[in-house]
Amino acid sequence: MGKLWVIFVALISILLPFLCNSFSPETPTDRRVLVLLDDFAIKSSHSLYFNSLKSRGFELDFKLADDPNIALQRYGQYLYDALILFCPSVERFGGSVDLAGILSFVDSGHDLIIAADANASDLIREVATECGVDFDEDPSAMVIDHTSYAVSETEGDHTLIAGDGFIKSDVILGSKKINAPVLFKGIGHSLNPANNLVLKVLSASPAAYSANPKSKLSTPPSLTGSAISLVSVVQARNNARILITGSISMFSNRFFRSGVQKAGSPTKHEKSGNEQFSTEISKWVFHERGHLKAVNVKHHKVGETEEPALYRINDDLEYSVEIYEWSGTSWEPYVADDVQVQFYMMSPYVLKTLSNNKKGLYSTSFKVPDVYGVFQFKVEYQKLGYTSLSLSKQIPVRPYRHNEYERFIPAAYPYYGAAFSMMAGFFIFSFVHLYSK
Amino acid sequence: MAAPETSTAAVPTLMTNNSLRNAFGGVLSFFILLLIGVLAFSIRLFSVIKYESVIHEFDPYFNYRVTQFLTKKGIYDFWNWFDDRTWYPLGRVIGGTVYPGLTLTAGTIWWFLNSLNIPLSVETVCVFTAPIFSAFASWATYLLTKEVKGAGAGLTAAALLAMVPSYISRSVAGSYDNEAVAIFALIFTFYLYIKTLNTGSLFYATLNSIAYFYMVCSWGGYTFIINLIPMHVLLCIVTGRYSSRLYIAYAPLVVLGTLLAALVPVVGFNAVMTSEHFASFLVFIVIHVVAFVYYIKGILSPKMFKVAVTLVVSVGLCKLICGPLYSDISACITSGIALSQAFDVFTRSIKYQLPGVSSTNELDAGETSSATAEAQNDAVKTEKTEETSKDRPSRKSKKKEKEQVEKPSTKAKAEKKRLLALPLEASVIALLLLIMLGAFYVVHCVWAAAEAYSAPSIVLTSHSHDGLHVFDDFREAYGWLRHNTDVDDKVASWWDYGYQTTAMANRTVIVDNNTWNNTHIATVGTAMSSPEKAAWEIFHSLDVKYVLVVFGGLVGYPSDDINKFLWMVRIGGGVFPHIKEPDYLRDGQYRIDSQATSTMLNCLMYKLSYYRFVETDGKGFDRVRRTEIGKKYFKLTHFEEVFTTHHWMVRIYKLKLPKNRIRGKTKKSKSKTSSKRSGITKKNPWH
Repeated sequence: MGKLWVIFVALISILLPFLCNSFSPETPTDRRVLVLLDDFAIKSSHSLYFNSLKSRGFELDFKLADDPNIALQRYGQYLYDALILFCPSVERFGGSVDLAGILSFVDSGHDLIIAADANASDLIREVATECGVDFDEDPSAMVIDHTSYAVSETEGDHTLIAGDGFIKSDVILGSKKINAPVLFKGIGHSLNPANNLVLKVLSASPAAYSANPKSKLSTPPSLTGSAISLVSVVQARNNARILITGSISMFSNRFFRSGVQKAGSPTKHEKSGNEQFSTEISKWVFHERGHLKAVNVKHHKVGETEEPALYRINDDLEYSVEIYEWSGTSWEPYVADDVQVQFYMMSPYVLKTLSNNKKGLYSTSFKVPDVYGVFQFKVEYQKLGYTSLSLSKQIPVRPYRHNEYERFIPAAYPYYGAAFSMMAGFFIFSFVHLYSK
Repeated sequence: MAAPETSTAAVPTLMTNNSLRNAFGGVLSFFILLLIGVLAFSIRLFSVIKYESVIHEFDPYFNYRVTQFLTKKGIYDFWNWFDDRTWYPLGRVIGGTVYPGLTLTAGTIWWFLNSLNIPLSVETVCVFTAPIFSAFASWATYLLTKEVKGAGAGLTAAALLAMVPSYISRSVAGSYDNEAVAIFALIFTFYLYIKTLNTGSLFYATLNSIAYFYMVCSWGGYTFIINLIPMHVLLCIVTGRYSSRLYIAYAPLVVLGTLLAALVPVVGFNAVMTSEHFASFLVFIVIHVVAFVYYIKGILSPKMFKVAVTLVVSVGLCKLICGPLYSDISACITSGIALSQAFDVFTRSIKYQLPGVSSTNELDAGETSSATAEAQNDAVKTEKTEETSKDRPSRKSKKKEKEQVEKPSTKAKAEKKRLLALPLEASVIALLLLIMLGAFYVVHCVWAAAEAYSAPSIVLTSHSHDGLHVFDDFREAYGWLRHNTDVDDKVASWWDYGYQTTAMANRTVIVDNNTWNNTHIATVGTAMSSPEKAAWEIFHSLDVKYVLVVFGGLVGYPSDDINKFLWMVRIGGGVFPHIKEPDYLRDGQYRIDSQATSTMLNCLMYKLSYYRFVETDGKGFDRVRRTEIGKKYFKLTHFEEVFTTHHWMVRIYKLKLPKNRIRGKTKKSKSKTSSKRSGITKKNPWH
């Protein structure tokens, strides 16, 4: 799979400028964000969230989802780097935006945040499905949890959930632990386990289920337990990132400010984890974290610096690559001890872990196997939360030239002796035989 | 080159007392030879005139590419050439697996012309190498036949060889294959062998080894030589015609020839390790034993010799038969005597039965009469005649007769006695018949050269009621690949088109006509026989970006991939047993119509060949299979059509990239969006 991915994945920095005029390879963070709302009230009811984005330097462009003038691109150029869909009930987008438009927006490397809600429209569900997330098909269903609901003044129907089943990834959720549970009220969704692009960031507790809270449960709910995902992220193969949640209110000022106490837990948190969670995950979605780039792939024979056009079998070579991570403002050296390089021809002949110098330079040296053919240096680095690196560089390996073999083999000296003594003997014999008369 | 030899050689054979006549004959044969050369060259130019100066078929494209490499990079890089653009990702060591004679010859011609400031392209030189060497081959035939029979026979044989259709078929202009130079090398080697045999000159024996070396360089067919000459030598020995000249003709050839052959990388140690060379070594031993026996025979008196033979044979038998038993020694001696007597009688009887030998059968070792030599030559000549005209020996022998009859008739006065054996009328009629036969032969050869063997097979033509149609689809497709794909892209196709793709499109191929790795071919065969997704995975694992299929259904081009498809299935199934031939056959019949099996209708080859085919005529009528295709409307999910040539003969598909996103489960159809989405849902392969 990997080779074709070079263009899209590893060197995303090369592809993107052609699709987007402000998304430069050197600064992969999104800048211009289009926010589509059902109602401008959301702008104020979720202002904390929007302000945190603005304070990080994003230009938010608020539009109504059915505004007839909205457009994602003009003259083939995308006008935005990211899209936030806070419009769970929209049946039809205005302007030139439609399902296919949003999908091709994502497929050209742009990011997307989708917040659905109970009674989310088919259109929003459709977008989510295309991204690999299946919302509960029952339009009136909500996630109900009778064990880990958030304690509130009224008993309620236990649809306000205090979720703390976070994904264990510092890259996605930041290195600071989220102590308080996240308040969630909305619909759940499920993921296809075979889909390796989508990750469950906040999963429901094992006791949760998805059903209509207002009606009596007659049939077993289709979605139950921790199979329910409350918040999921998708990293597409081109490293476009998508956040999908079934609750728009988890971004609201009310939930941000609200205190939370999980049922059955003695601790009451002054402030819910929503703000930290939302901020951290938006950093990930907008490429402020976990975005890697690999540059300066170099290889050469030991003791040389020039990159050869091809190697000979049994050559000793050195391979190096520099890997950096985008910190939101600058490229920092990426430090890890699990980056591996393969010397690959239909199967890896050499698999070496690269050692790094803490400054982003990863290098190793190895001997070319005693097999000739067209090899590839392959780095397939797919780590949870990070953009996938997939480098491959084709390099032929030739056999020995005719004059690169040993000229004289020590073990063969008896045979050389035999041959030459035979020749000399024959010469003497012929001489004697011819002239001895 | 031929001139001096002709004039000097003509002297002893013809009339002895008329030097003017000889000189005239020499000049005449020189010009006849020149004309034969022109004939041999020009009869092969039909392909250039009717089509264009272009390399033909498949293997010549490889040779052409190798020659280009040689002229660009020089001989050492050629010798050590590891080609990374074929057999991806295995590569191919070309320097060590190719017979370099043809390439080096054309490369030398090109280099020579360029150093004379004649800037011919490599392609032009390659195209015309075969016709040039056909002229050389006719001249070599002249020399060979002259050595055997005389100048007149030589000229006739040369003229015949110049236009024998089977040779034309391998050597028309553009047919740049090993045989182009190898036939010349073959004939010339035989000529030098005969020459050595006739003269006993070590000089010619050395030349013979060098000619043999050139033959080894040029073609795997050198094993003809290294087996036929030992057979001839053995025959000579068995029939008692051993002579020192035979020894000189044979022993240096084996020693020097084998050493030289081992220098060719593709032969190497095969020259002493494979069975096709063993006959020559066996005969080499035999000829030494025989030489020794003749030597002993020469220094002993006949009686002593018999005693010696008896002794040796009986001791040998004793060792062989009785072995460790050491049984009755006297019985051994008796049987030894009997055996040696029997052998003696046997050889004598053979000698008596051969014409021309009976008078000289008493001669001893090392002394053979001219009659023996002549008889030898006769034997050699018939052998050679058959060799050089493998296809039509009968016609050729008739020619020989004609020539034999013709020649005396022109010199009727001198040899009346012999001629008068036939009545005048009968000989006139016979002559006329022979001339007619010869004329028809010429007409036939020219027709064959013009019509049958001149098609380059990369450009096709057809005549129909509305005129001539030219199908140049192959070059169109290769040109498209060359101009529209990345230089390192890999193109998969059935192996037939590998050489052409690398040479004309300059793109890396997975398999080519040098079918050295069956597993690799089977992998491609399996991919072609698999359903789309499995095929995509196979091709993707080989980094393939484009798939090329040849499809003749629209214009009725019969040698397309659908007709070759069963071989892909068989070869693929030979290595990967999940491909089973019966799955592709309906009741043992290979068909692509509505009766075809679903495996057949869903395999990649069917889909790539017939994708959108129904759009051409609305019915999907395949003109090669003469039937409507079974599955007309289908979509490709993992491949996309990127190019189809004018007559649909070559279709190029690109592998789609894996989907950027993986969809969730397909939901229950929703009235609002189902119609809009159904296409996407079905097409999506990544679900």
